[in-house]
Amino acid sequence: MIIGEQKRLEEISGMLDGHRGILIAGCRSCVAICLAGGEKEVAVMAESLRLISSLRGKGWEIEEAMVERQCEKEWVAELRPRIEGKDCVLSLACGVGAQTVQAMYPRVRVLPGLNTSNMGAPEESGIFVEKCGGCGDCVLHLTGGICPIARCAKSLLNGPCGGSQGGKCEVSPDTPCAWEEIYHSLESLGRLDLLEEPIPPKSWLPARDGGPRRIVRKEAVLTEEQKRLKGGKA
Amino acid sequence: MSARSGLERTLLGGKFAVTAEIGPPKSASAESVRRHAHEMKGSADAFNLTDNQTAMSRMSSIACAAVLIQEGLEPVVQMTCRDRNRIAMQSDILGASALGVRNVLCISGDHQTFGNMKEAKNVYDVDSVQELMILRKMRDEGRLWSGDELETAPELFLGAAANPFADPFEFRVTRLAKKVKAGADFIQTQSIYDMDRFERWMALVRARGLHEKVHILAGVMPLKSHKVALYMKNKVAGMMVPDTVVERLKSAKDAKEEGIRLCVEQIEHLRTIEGVKGVHIMAMAWEEKVPEIVKRAGLRP
Ligand code: SF4
Repeated sequence: MIIGEQKRLEEISGMLDGHRGILIAGCRSCVAICLAGGEKEVAVMAESLRLISSLRGKGWEIEEAMVERQCEKEWVAELRPRIEGKDCVLSLACGVGAQTVQAMYPRVRVLPGLNTSNMGAPEESGIFVEKCGGCGDCVLHLTGGICPIARCAKSLLNGPCGGSQGGKCEVSPDTPCAWEEIYHSLESLGRLDLLEEPIPPKSWLPARDGGPRRIVRKEAVLTEEQKRLKGGKA
Repeated sequence: MSARSGLERTLLGGKFAVTAEIGPPKSASAESVRRHAHEMKGSADAFNLTDNQTAMSRMSSIACAAVLIQEGLEPVVQMTCRDRNRIAMQSDILGASALGVRNVLCISGDHQTFGNMKEAKNVYDVDSVQELMILRKMRDEGRLWSGDELETAPELFLGAAANPFADPFEFRVTRLAKKVKAGADFIQTQSIYDMDRFERWMALVRARGLHEKVHILAGVMPLKSHKVALYMKNKVAGMMVPDTVVERLKSAKDAKEEGIRLCVEQIEHLRTIEGVKGVHIMAMAWEEKVPEIVKRAGLRP
């Protein structure tokens, strides 16, 4: 899932300055799970902003809306009647959701209410941890099921570096050293042999470095004819 | 095999080698590098120039190396993976070689959050093992990593770091073996204070026969005071300083003299360990003491 967290209220309030009709749009997917942009967070955000508005005379008219998945046009289309008459949407979805809303409603300004952080998972109640670097060329089979791209501060493929001590990363005593974990995972799998050979420099071409990525599933791509039959619906 | 650098010649000749570190200045003038060069000339076989150590911008290690060469000293250029991708790395190596640099130490580098520009983006396109692979290919095959042929291949004596005090302990020797496979000709270790642990590590190194495949230079760092020792112990990633060392400096009348004495004793001990081919002295901001240490340890006149 995608992990994000809310921007500070002060920053959001600054972005909203000068706007009047505001729709706060949450998302029921990842950001609901990481407690950043679900129904409850949208309600709390709306109340806080209404309070700021009345205290500071901002004149904001705030409404709330939830989208099943803000990253998909089909769901975002349902927002149309709610966006009517608004001059801005405060999106509490991830950056993907916020962009989808902006692309579909080019006349309203979409403001990001969240800082989108990473691809991760809930570790325990209230704790969310980055897990995958999205490098486009997975190495988990070599590293005991632990991603060194995302979870090692230096993305080393031949770690651990000399700063790894007591299972902790040199960068912070709160962060486990990914390579210590890789070592122990391979040890319990009986595959320490995988660590004997140097892993050569990686191709970052399928990663973000190769430019924005686009995956095409030919069998699912519609022909012009099929698109027309669908009635111009995207 | 003919030696590619003076350091390699010393090591191949079986002489106990000495390298010493020089910290590049936060300055646009190389004055301090020249001063260190004059103070330290003759006290070591080669001098390491650190590469933006602890992730703070300083004069580039290659530029400092060029100054050392002008002054008649042999440099070891440190090159981290933090600040340059494989393109810059290979280009810097060609440039350094043209300036006369032969010894290069491949390291991943301290994470930028240790420095004074924590907000910087890091590179880590490759890691130190991969850096060795790339540089070895340039030297042995006369090709860039891409496969493109070089008109003139760099002559390099390749170094890498090893830290016997980092974890997981047993894996540290495997990782050394990996560096040797990737192309390391010599190794400089993290500063040693915990002699027992270093001896245990060396035993594992010998058990794998690695001491015969790579020249191991044991790292030492003289301590100015017990405060510095505590700082190293608590604040520096990957260091181990036993309490006995802290105590010894704390109770000494002249802590600085005690620090030097300790360092000299360590060198004398390290010389007796089978497989240790030399020492690497890191006298951070205390470079002028290197000739005295070397002399008192009986390594150079
Ligand atoms: S301590 Fe471990 S996780 Fe941290 S940078 Fe080094 S190898 Fe990576």
